[in-house]
Amino acid sequence: MTEIVQFPELSLYDYSPYDERPKIVWPNGARLAFWVAPNIEFYELDPPINPHRQAWPHPYPPVPGYSIRDYGNRVGHQRQMALLDKYGVRGSISLSAALCEHHPEIIALCAERNWEFFSHGIYNTRYTYGLTEDQEREMIEDAMDTIERTVGQRPAGYLAPALSHSNHTIDLFAEAGGLYTCDLFHDDQPTWVNTRSDKPFVSIPYSLELNDTIAYVVQKREPRRYGESIRLAFDQLYAEGADSGTVMCIPTHNYQVSCPHRLRAFEEALEYITGHSDVWVTTGREIAEYTIAHGRQQLEGNAVVPSA
Amino acid sequence: MSDELLSYPRRHYGMDHDRYRWSMLQDRAPIVWPDNKPLALWINLSVQHFPLSGEKPVVAPPGALTMPYPDLRHYTLRDYGNRVGIFRILTLMQQYQATPSVAISGALALRYPRLMERLAATGYEWLGHGWNMLCMHAGDIEIATESEWIAQTREALEAFTDQPLKGWLSPGRSQTANTPELLMRNGFSYQCDWVNDELPYPFKTDEGDMTCLPSCLELDDVFVLTQNLHSEESFVQQVIDAADLLIEEGQKQGGRLLALNLHPWLVGQPHRVSAVKRLLEALLVERSDAIWHASPGSIVDAAITQID
Repeated sequence: MTEIVQFPELSLYDYSPYDERPKIVWPNGARLAFWVAPNIEFYELDPPINPHRQAWPHPYPPVPGYSIRDYGNRVGHQRQMALLDKYGVRGSISLSAALCEHHPEIIALCAERNWEFFSHGIYNTRYTYGLTEDQEREMIEDAMDTIERTVGQRPAGYLAPALSHSNHTIDLFAEAGGLYTCDLFHDDQPTWVNTRSDKPFVSIPYSLELNDTIAYVVQKREPRRYGESIRLAFDQLYAEGADSGTVMCIPTHNYQVSCPHRLRAFEEALEYITGHSDVWVTTGREIAEYTIAHGRQQLEGNAVVPSA
Repeated sequence: MSDELLSYPRRHYGMDHDRYRWSMLQDRAPIVWPDNKPLALWINLSVQHFPLSGEKPVVAPPGALTMPYPDLRHYTLRDYGNRVGIFRILTLMQQYQATPSVAISGALALRYPRLMERLAATGYEWLGHGWNMLCMHAGDIEIATESEWIAQTREALEAFTDQPLKGWLSPGRSQTANTPELLMRNGFSYQCDWVNDELPYPFKTDEGDMTCLPSCLELDDVFVLTQNLHSEESFVQQVIDAADLLIEEGQKQGGRLLALNLHPWLVGQPHRVSAVKRLLEALLVERSDAIWHASPGSIVDAAITQID
């Protein structure tokens, strides 16, 4: 019997209860791996129409949406970068690869600081939706090649552009040489991800709940309450990290967190977190490489494959 | 799926349009404001006419009527600003010797000449703010129609003031592809719709360069209070946090700009007006040493000779 399943459940990862896994110990006995993921994005003023998703709610020219995102690059980037410098955090950049061409000055500033660059597609106004598998492969490889050509290192991580995915996204990224995905929000520890090539590939927690755009635009949090949420999340994950290492990520956007009425709340949270001992202040790539080096069994113990 | 989704005709250095040059705020020569103050403060009062109409504009501006005709509820709540709220705000502005600008819907000059006389008597700078809040400069509006809106607005406002109108703020900060050229042809030399910077910058049009004086959406009272649903207390805190951060940056890096946009129909309500008083106290009294409070035209004039 051949049945065409149009919307198959993906077997991305096996099931392993949070409190039944082998203990994770981070380098130097740290309890918590902390990373900050600035999204540095380019939104096009006039992208081609994708029938599956509209880029802008506003007709051309989408001045309100475009101009605030441009603010992120013109004004916000260096403001956030100075703050991360102050607290000794190297950013792990979720990068619209075309920014290498549009704004190489930003890339140079981040490269000087040995920040990580991971792929966030070509533009945040180009979606995975509607692409054939070959087209998606072309887009993924274009982004990785562009970043590698510019900064000299092939990206290890992927956050699909505007969080748009296909069934093949993670397989294609692993086949193109990637090590980790930021697209899965199912856990506070790294997870082994099943891909069709069986290459070692992991999911590194990238918290959508602590993402500044989600906090400010979707949840409409007051800036200081956002800062408080970050501190509460840290307290919980730090406490649990005494039993087995946890991961905490703050994903940011230069057009949100760097606004002058919001940066202070973020600074207070960074000061709080980096003021603790036993915190591994690191990057997405370093967490992924460490996790992969320790192997699947060490990560998930006796995980079970979910039945369909 | 067409190849257009993977074609990138404007993927090159700089912006993906020709309106302005790409540059980062922190990389520019420092701006010096009068008396060497680190922060310029522009306060704008948006004095708006929302017609009682069942007509839906292409894009709804913030505060738009939402109910079936006749939406008396929102129509009168907005009109409250022109009858009551503005006078409360003007009293406070006089008390603190503030010099806000007033961005005025042209249609109000015909409807409420006595309001125009009162606004003219303040000596504050006037900005064109569109004909009314249904005349949205967005989408495929006929160029002749849009040109007429701008010309009518200038004519109606100039009947009540001797000052040459130079500045423009579109309803909802919205523009068509033609708006900048039409503003230039109608004698406006700066516009405030692009929120992509924190200093004035040159903006190219087919009629020659104009200036963009970026207003700030993220700290606009309507955005913070009615869209984010933050408290008045938080709104005040956010503005103060912004001022303090910008003052500090201004001392180290060169003059900064805080653009604060207030709507008398919103903050002129009796339970909100004390928030405006607290803001004026914090900015114009407690931080008077650091803040150069000036009209937008003066800020543009002071900046324009220092920017390239």
